[in-house]
Amino acid sequence: MMKQWATAVSAAALALACGVPEAAAQKSKDTLRVAWQYTIENVDNYFNTNREGILFSRMVFDNLIDRDPKTFKAVPNLATAWKWADDRTLEMELRQGVKFHNGEEFDADDVVFTLNWISDPANKVLNQSNVNWIEKAEKVDKFKVRIISKKPFPAALEFLTIPLVIYPNEYYAKAGPKEMGLKPVGTGPYKVTKIEPAKEYTLERFDGHFKGGSKPDAKIKHIVIRTIPEMSTQIAELLAGGIDWIWYVPTDQADRLERVPSLKVDRAETMRTGYIGFDAAGRTTNKAINDVRVRQAIAHAIDRDAIIKNLIGGASRKIHAPCFPTQFGCDDSVATRYDYDPAKAKKLLAEAGFANGFDLDFYAYRPRDWAEAIMGYLTAVGIRPKLQHMTYIAVRDKNHEGVTPMYFMDWGSYSINDVSAIMPNFFGGSPDDFARDPELQAWLQAGGATVDEKVRKENYAKAVKRITERAYWLPMFSFVTNYAYTKDLDFTPFPDEIPRYYQYGWK
Amino acid sequence: MLVYSLKRLLLACLVVLTVSGITFILTNAAIDPAKALAGDSASAADIDAIRKAYGFDRPLPVQYFDWLGSALIGEFGESVRMRRPVATLLLERLPVTMSLGACALAFALLLSIPLGVVAALKPNSAVDRVALSLSVLGQALPTFWFALMMIILFGVILRWLPISGSDTWLHFVMPAIALGYYATPAFMRLTRAGMIEVLASDYIRTARAKGLRPPTVLFKHALRNAVIPVVSLAAVQFGFMLGGSVVIETIFALHGVGFLAWESISRSDIPVVQAIVLLISLFYIVLTLLADLLNAYLDPRIRVA
Repeated sequence: MMKQWATAVSAAALALACGVPEAAAQKSKDTLRVAWQYTIENVDNYFNTNREGILFSRMVFDNLIDRDPKTFKAVPNLATAWKWADDRTLEMELRQGVKFHNGEEFDADDVVFTLNWISDPANKVLNQSNVNWIEKAEKVDKFKVRIISKKPFPAALEFLTIPLVIYPNEYYAKAGPKEMGLKPVGTGPYKVTKIEPAKEYTLERFDGHFKGGSKPDAKIKHIVIRTIPEMSTQIAELLAGGIDWIWYVPTDQADRLERVPSLKVDRAETMRTGYIGFDAAGRTTNKAINDVRVRQAIAHAIDRDAIIKNLIGGASRKIHAPCFPTQFGCDDSVATRYDYDPAKAKKLLAEAGFANGFDLDFYAYRPRDWAEAIMGYLTAVGIRPKLQHMTYIAVRDKNHEGVTPMYFMDWGSYSINDVSAIMPNFFGGSPDDFARDPELQAWLQAGGATVDEKVRKENYAKAVKRITERAYWLPMFSFVTNYAYTKDLDFTPFPDEIPRYYQYGWK
Repeated sequence: MLVYSLKRLLLACLVVLTVSGITFILTNAAIDPAKALAGDSASAADIDAIRKAYGFDRPLPVQYFDWLGSALIGEFGESVRMRRPVATLLLERLPVTMSLGACALAFALLLSIPLGVVAALKPNSAVDRVALSLSVLGQALPTFWFALMMIILFGVILRWLPISGSDTWLHFVMPAIALGYYATPAFMRLTRAGMIEVLASDYIRTARAKGLRPPTVLFKHALRNAVIPVVSLAAVQFGFMLGGSVVIETIFALHGVGFLAWESISRSDIPVVQAIVLLISLFYIVLTLLADLLNAYLDPRIRVA
């Protein structure tokens, strides 16, 4: 209710704001002022779970490996070279001459300490799935380490690229998560000058930042990040010139902000993938949806192109495989394509014995109009959907209980560019698995159990084929994230939804 | 008076205890703390590990009495998300919420008492109608809508006031008005009713007959008596404002207790949520108790009732 009001009001605000004097960005003070909707619970990288935490870590800390945000190719950062010595052992050469913000020198001891500390369950790191694959890290010499996984874990490189950052061992051993949360020390392009927890973070360019890694020296001298939970307030601040950059702007607001001359809006595609899930395993009481023909009929009944064009907009695109196209193993070519064909949908329904339609509970948490559009298409072929619109957590819990015959959900894969971050989560036998297909589970298992790229690709291709052929999911579209910022800022969005503030400068 | 005070005090303690129990049960019923902490990608084993590590596997009554025992000595445990003592978090945030509450109350009283007096002087006149409309509007406007309207006018179009944050006193102007306006109708009506009653009383007629100047009669003799119920209502309203600041603090990004509540609820930080609910209800209960005692002191009839 409040959201609807807020949207209506800020729409009015924007209409009025056209005549407002132009706001000056903080270009003159070389300070980028950013608003985030959510606070980081603790800026210690291992004790927060939200995206803002990743953004913060990117600026202040460094990973061993990094990736090119456009091509997704792995590039060296704190590690200069790496190779798999065997299925479980990763050997890494480390960069020399790197200094932490407090002057401590970076070497193998830091890597070994960090990885062993975070993988020890006694230290209660929050995202256990990020770290529980590590058996141990060993020092070979001052600039060489060995990382050993508990079992073959091909996605290790991806984890070393995004969630796992390296801490200064001497400092962290003393400071621990409490101190690190207030006075973080890393090797990244920005050092932290002031933290008011959950309120404001002030960062300054780190002049001793190492050369040759994946991150350039920061262009803008200062970054001030403020937490403003209400989107309407963020928009008002942007219009009044109190803030230079905001994101997750609702599509209708983005349309209006685009017309403000001092601002620029980007609607960039992200890795977040929307899908309709079906109960193919007979977990719910709805028997109709267990019939593959019914699920295929639904797939043919929905005009995804029209939904994308009219409701999503920006760089969103239709997807066919149950993953994001750039992800390793996401073989789009073997996916069954379901064209919009209501006549065929009706025919399939009749074949399955549901010529007169059937009742169907449809669960969703994303904007209501998306769900309603989908329902419109279902109604057109005779199905009688009933919308159960609730919060994300509520739908997820219903999924886990196994009571959702059809649901619209999405998954961001934690920005990990590998299908092992999406397909096993939903088809590997977890409470989210509504296919319960043993063969499929075996392929996913096989794809995740080796570092041999050929074997992985083969198994994942089989999985993609099976999931789409039997319509366990109807992959829908990639999401877009809307950014709005002062036009003085030279900003580039990336599909992994991680803005790299150190790369941006003023025009 | 002493017996009455003790009775009220005992009742207040029981209310606090009940609130703490209900809060504890509800938060634990609504959220599985281990699941919330573990994140979306956690497996059942991960969740179990967290459940053990944080002691969520113990029976609920054990957890409750453990928590209550610590809460009694001002020890609310540690925020599971922020890794900082809940008491520290509350102390950090309390000044903002208290300032906001005090400013809002001051605004409400400064607006409603004069309006109430003016309205009482000429009941059913045009002035009275305007004052009444203003107060009805205050009660009818949703707080957040009113707040956003002010932001548009004074923050975006006129640029007179800062929109969000709590750095200077100027930052508190819009939030205080938004929060205080809602309380004005009650104050205004009470002042108006009190004034009408008092102005019709014998001693005022006597005062006038003595030839005292009208302002002296009005402010020294009439208002003093008429605002007594307003004072006790103000105490209760202050408690309301501390609790009601969740929405206002969220809109204006004021980092007070209300904002902390919003943050903690949205990320299932149970120890913080429990402490905030207890704190706000404690304020409310203490202020109500004070209002009761004040009323009893002023009006002996209440003590025996």
